[in-house]
Amino acid sequence: MTALPEPVARVPRHLRRIVVIWAVLTAIAVPLVVLVLGPHLPPGRMTAEAGAQVDANTVMTALITPIVLIILVYFGYTLVVFRARGSAIEDGAPVFGHAPTQTMWVAFTSIVVIALAAWGSYTLIVSAHGAGGGQGPNPIALPNGYQKSLQVQVIGQQWNWTYRFPSYGGVETDQLELPTGVGIELHVTSLDVTHSFWAYELGVKADAVPGVDNIVFVHPRKTGSFSIRCAELCGLWHGHMFQTGYVVSRDAFKSWIAAQQKAESKNQRYLPPYSGHYFPEPLRRAG
Amino acid sequence: MDTAIPRPSLAGSRFGGFIGFNLFTAIALGVGGFFLGAYIGGQIAAGKDYLIATDQNDVGVFLGFLFATIGWLGGLGFFNYPVKRMLGRPATVPVEQATGIGRYFRLSLDHKVIGIQYFFGVGAFFFIGGLNAMLIRTELLTPNERAWPAGQYLSLVGLHGTMMIMMTSAFILGPFGNYLVPLMIGARRMAFPRIEALTFWLTPLAGLVLMSAIAWNGFPTGWTGYAPLMDQARAGMDAYLFAFLLISISLTLIGVNLLATIIALRAPGMTWTRLPIFVWGVLSTSVLMVLAAPVLGAALLLGILDRSANTSFYIASGGGSAYLYENLFWFFGHPEVYILALPGFGIVLEILPVFARKPLWGYRLAVAGMLGVAFLSFFVWQHHLFVSGMNAGLRPFYMLTTELISIPTGFIFLNAMGTLWQGRIRFTPPMLFALAFFFNFLIGGLSGIFLSDVPSDVTTHGSYFVMAHFHYTIMGGLVFAFFAATYYWLPKMTGVTLDERLAKIHFWTMFVFFNLTFFPLFAAGFLDMPRRVSTYAPHLQTINDFVSVSAFCLGGSMLIFIANLVLSLVYRRIPAERNPWHSRGLEWQVPTPVPVHNFETVPEILAGPYEYGVAGAPPVARLRPTEVSA
Repeated sequence: MTALPEPVARVPRHLRRIVVIWAVLTAIAVPLVVLVLGPHLPPGRMTAEAGAQVDANTVMTALITPIVLIILVYFGYTLVVFRARGSAIEDGAPVFGHAPTQTMWVAFTSIVVIALAAWGSYTLIVSAHGAGGGQGPNPIALPNGYQKSLQVQVIGQQWNWTYRFPSYGGVETDQLELPTGVGIELHVTSLDVTHSFWAYELGVKADAVPGVDNIVFVHPRKTGSFSIRCAELCGLWHGHMFQTGYVVSRDAFKSWIAAQQKAESKNQRYLPPYSGHYFPEPLRRAG
Repeated sequence: MDTAIPRPSLAGSRFGGFIGFNLFTAIALGVGGFFLGAYIGGQIAAGKDYLIATDQNDVGVFLGFLFATIGWLGGLGFFNYPVKRMLGRPATVPVEQATGIGRYFRLSLDHKVIGIQYFFGVGAFFFIGGLNAMLIRTELLTPNERAWPAGQYLSLVGLHGTMMIMMTSAFILGPFGNYLVPLMIGARRMAFPRIEALTFWLTPLAGLVLMSAIAWNGFPTGWTGYAPLMDQARAGMDAYLFAFLLISISLTLIGVNLLATIIALRAPGMTWTRLPIFVWGVLSTSVLMVLAAPVLGAALLLGILDRSANTSFYIASGGGSAYLYENLFWFFGHPEVYILALPGFGIVLEILPVFARKPLWGYRLAVAGMLGVAFLSFFVWQHHLFVSGMNAGLRPFYMLTTELISIPTGFIFLNAMGTLWQGRIRFTPPMLFALAFFFNFLIGGLSGIFLSDVPSDVTTHGSYFVMAHFHYTIMGGLVFAFFAATYYWLPKMTGVTLDERLAKIHFWTMFVFFNLTFFPLFAAGFLDMPRRVSTYAPHLQTINDFVSVSAFCLGGSMLIFIANLVLSLVYRRIPAERNPWHSRGLEWQVPTPVPVHNFETVPEILAGPYEYGVAGAPPVARLRPTEVSA
């Protein structure tokens, strides 16, 4: 692959035009993406983890905007300028490559990619403590003061979610309310098949796998409602497996959980003791 | 206008085509084999509590499928040769003499016949998969189940996904790999013609087995077949497992065959740096197939044992793990997406130089890109499992490897950009599809960055964002490359010119409606819509209705292609020139239609295929000892 001497006649002008068009479009588009689109990117800032995801999504969108633009501007420009007119078939310049361009391209993409991976890892492990994703039974990204967090077990089963609160006597509820101002430690597991606990506004997604205690840390910042869906195909009524949960003040949570304990006390004795996971009788065919 | 060339006739007498070793016998023996196997399975299972406690006998179903496969292959005549050899009779490799349409319905060892068989066979199942997509979009016109009951909707999703993945895995290697690789490297045939025929004939069988799931109301798992839902599902699941198993065998064998062909059967002078870039794409894909597809087979076999022999590889309460299936499946599944993407890279880089009238810019970089993608694709599979709770400490590693893949993928874009620079670009239908490939793959690839970054992936995992992402890479990439290849090479393969005006209408409708269909789905995913649901939040109805209408129009654009095929192949039959695109590719230097043995003598390769505009460039090959080609 030798860089043949190029016929220099018009080359520099084309390149300069492409760069100028790209630079202008980028200067317009990137601020728009960050300032106008950014605040609307999912999943909102109800929790610290969701906020980290909004930041990640904003950075990603802002990063790919100039890349999309340079490719589109380049393709658009060359397709218009170098289009062959007329029916005669002529050959273009016999250029087989250009080593400096290739080296620069490889170096540049490598730097971007490695920086992106480093930043992503830093966010995941250090600043966002798992970023709301399931970390399995032995989490490595531990937030400060995680020992004091409120444990909530999320149990998926075909086709509903239930919740157990070990620090409130293992009471099981069919609705989820969480207090603000305290770290939450969700333990996601399943009774039958693989589900995925997706609390959209909380920024939480963790697979509910039978036999596995999948731990997520989340720190609610604002009160409000959040939607819960199943994000892993789990059979017939997968599409109906949704609920609405609430982040409430600490006092409201205390009265809610007390009411739940009272209401569920009759059913408590039928429940198995609280555990990281439960194995029901294997049910081999259920439609 | 040129005069039409005559249609090939049905060979032999009126009934001659139906009697003997051919497709019709294969179907009859296959159906018979199924019922025999199911009966034997019933006898075996009688008295086994764990089997008769369920409402289907999975042993019977699996044995039925196994016997059906044996009947199908026997009906096609796959056992004639080994049986003759065992009996000590002379068994020579038959020379392909038949010329009629009948040869496409029976076992043929000619790579050109197999290429055409693949084109229409896989195309037919692709069409069925597309119809499933239309039915899915019909349901999604409304936020609640209205068109189909929930179970039927899930079956449609599973059949669409599985059919598409099964068929598009060999969407380019099947028709174009088989047909063109020997022509491009100067060989008379593939390395293993019998294996080549087997890879094809397993494919329609797998499609039929998969569709038989309808008889048991389908299967609920989607194309991924996650355990333990797989263990719990009814007998339609058996069809999924067996069909995918057949495909894994087919993919492994096609990879072995193409690797051996490319390594061993290149003509003298066809050095590695003169190899057409499409052949490099086929080579790297074949490596993936050989290494990844057997893992799928293993995963499915364990599932088959779980369902029929009461093992519990994937059942947690029996000591197994759902993670085992997820690991095995995605160890195949991620290389699989590059099995889908890499042939597309090869196609578009093969086509761009021809219509830019320039050498492929950065040939070695393109080769490095493809091999780099192939290599890295084995180290990324757990990015499908970022929130599964498995190996959470390894997530930074998989994040890094996943993002590293964008470096070699970027090479392909640089090749295209360099090739277009100062070219003499002509917008023929193949070129339009090849350029659209880059537009779609740009969006598909860059949306993948969101999924590779764990904090972003927590938002988008399992949502419609993923769905839009992989449709942009597979449909926007592979299927567009498939049509580029079709419009480019089908004249050589069939000897018939395709209508250019219809081709351009097909392109513009497909390109516009493809983007209108899938781009809004990124937003649907961002707005809390999980995959594979038949219900969604009411505020998403506007997006979904818009997408459904676009999807119907996208389906309609496929009808334009079919109309073009019928019009050109059946009615007009305008003969194709030997080299209508003025390409330097070796495959264009042989006559149209291609002679039975491709080349009269072994060609001697004199130059690379992309030396457009090089003053004094030698012709690409000497086709006869005395002569020199154009």
